[in-house]
Amino acid sequence: MIATSEDEADVAVAGGAGTLSLVPMLVIGRSGDGRVVEAGVGTSLMEEIRAAGFLELRAICNGCCSCATCHVQVGGEAAGRLPPMGEEERELLAESENRTARSRLSCQITVTQEMAGLTVTVAPED
Amino acid sequence: MQDYDVLIVGGGHAGAQTAVALRQRGYEGSVAIVCEEAAPPYERPPLSKEYLSGDRSADDILIRPPAFWAQAGIDLHTGRRAVAVEADARRVTLGDGATVGYRHLVWAAGGAPRRLTCAGHALAGVHSVRTREDVDRMRAELASVDRVVVIGGGYIGLEAAAALAKAGKRVTVVEALPRVLARVAGEILSRFYEAEHRAHGVEVRLDTAVECIEGSGGRAAGVRLHGGELLPCEMVIVGIGIVPAVRPLRDAGAGGDNGVDVDEHCRTDLPGVFAIGDCAAHVNRYAGGARVRLESVQNANDQAAVVAHALTGSPKPYDAVPWFWSFQYDLRLQTVGLSTGHDEVVVRGEVASRRFSLVYLKEGRIVALDCVNTVKDFAQGKALILRDDIPREVLADSSRPLKQAVPAAV
Repeated sequence: MIATSEDEADVAVAGGAGTLSLVPMLVIGRSGDGRVVEAGVGTSLMEEIRAAGFLELRAICNGCCSCATCHVQVGGEAAGRLPPMGEEERELLAESENRTARSRLSCQITVTQEMAGLTVTVAPED
Repeated sequence: MQDYDVLIVGGGHAGAQTAVALRQRGYEGSVAIVCEEAAPPYERPPLSKEYLSGDRSADDILIRPPAFWAQAGIDLHTGRRAVAVEADARRVTLGDGATVGYRHLVWAAGGAPRRLTCAGHALAGVHSVRTREDVDRMRAELASVDRVVVIGGGYIGLEAAAALAKAGKRVTVVEALPRVLARVAGEILSRFYEAEHRAHGVEVRLDTAVECIEGSGGRAAGVRLHGGELLPCEMVIVGIGIVPAVRPLRDAGAGGDNGVDVDEHCRTDLPGVFAIGDCAAHVNRYAGGARVRLESVQNANDQAAVVAHALTGSPKPYDAVPWFWSFQYDLRLQTVGLSTGHDEVVVRGEVASRRFSLVYLKEGRIVALDCVNTVKDFAQGKALILRDDIPREVLADSSRPLKQAVPAAV
């Protein structure tokens, strides 16, 4: 995991109306390519992964929890601080051939400061 | 304009995803999207839901952030319309007279909302729900609107009715057929949604045909029904389907009488020309082998992937189970399969509990499930589509997971 304190993750964006906090996470694509992504607090993890150029995250339903094409595996200490899964997320993931104990639907996770250092691996395609 | 290796016409889900999937698969040729709308690609499903209600903004519904396209080496030509295709010369003419050459053309132009043809159809205050600009125009008027008449009881019309009823408008849905959702769902679901809308204060008028839109000072003032009754209103929403936008392809010689015909790799019969999404008529085994057009995000995305595979040297025929969703009020309907032509329905759970699934069968084979607030059935039901060996008592017993009904995989 990436050693970053929450304070270091605070980044003020010049010209913005307020302060947009960015949280560093390590995102690993399907080909094993990893890169640190600065995810904005309050945004959807799925959208941040896609915006960072991980084109393999299809997220067909665009975040309305109707498919499982934004499936990721989470790791690192921060994974323990993620909000629990909702019923719909659990039911959809249950049918994935690639489900593990670390599986989440990235569209159901809103980025918070507590997620600094999270490792997110795009799951194989079902 | 420069020539492109892949020219995509249409910036909806299908067109946008074709470009993304090509880059994801390592395609290195030049790629451009030409789209009529001014906005970069955005999601359409929220237009009749959260975007109409104001819960999501224009930025929130972008398929990718604006900077993404240039970073991915995808040229976006927004606000430009393809008006003619010369298949032999591999060239497209745009509305402003410019021409663009291509090696491969991907026609993903979708469709235009079907318009009423009766008197008053072009009055101010008469809207369709297809583009962001359509909904922006509606939203700009909403403050001075109290009564809305929605013409058409399909998913778009019902979703718009739900959003506007929640916003406090007095809404009437007018449907020409004897039930809402008649073309896409069974009667149990139709009656359920009619009752839900009525419970939310929406008036639902079935078997009701429209004579004309009455105007006052150039604006819609009411909907005149066959038989003479007038439904006074300040806004009319027309949700009666789309007309596939394929004229330039048809003029160029592409076959098809409902959209444009494509093969299992989404190829039209014009050389180097693919068609995908709402306008692509394809043979679908989930429709019993009939040639169909599917107007859905799933179909747009999966056909885009088919084209990307074909253009990167690993063709893979289209064979995806269709799925859909429609959210109205607190009801999450998720559908898998195509129920058209079903001859049997098994109800799973209590309809009155607002948490149930309908399993549709045709000649003993499961063809679709409509799942209302039952995502588990939706997720598990996909594996049941086209099976003919599932006992009815298991299907009907909501205490037993559908997964248990499927004989162990070989």
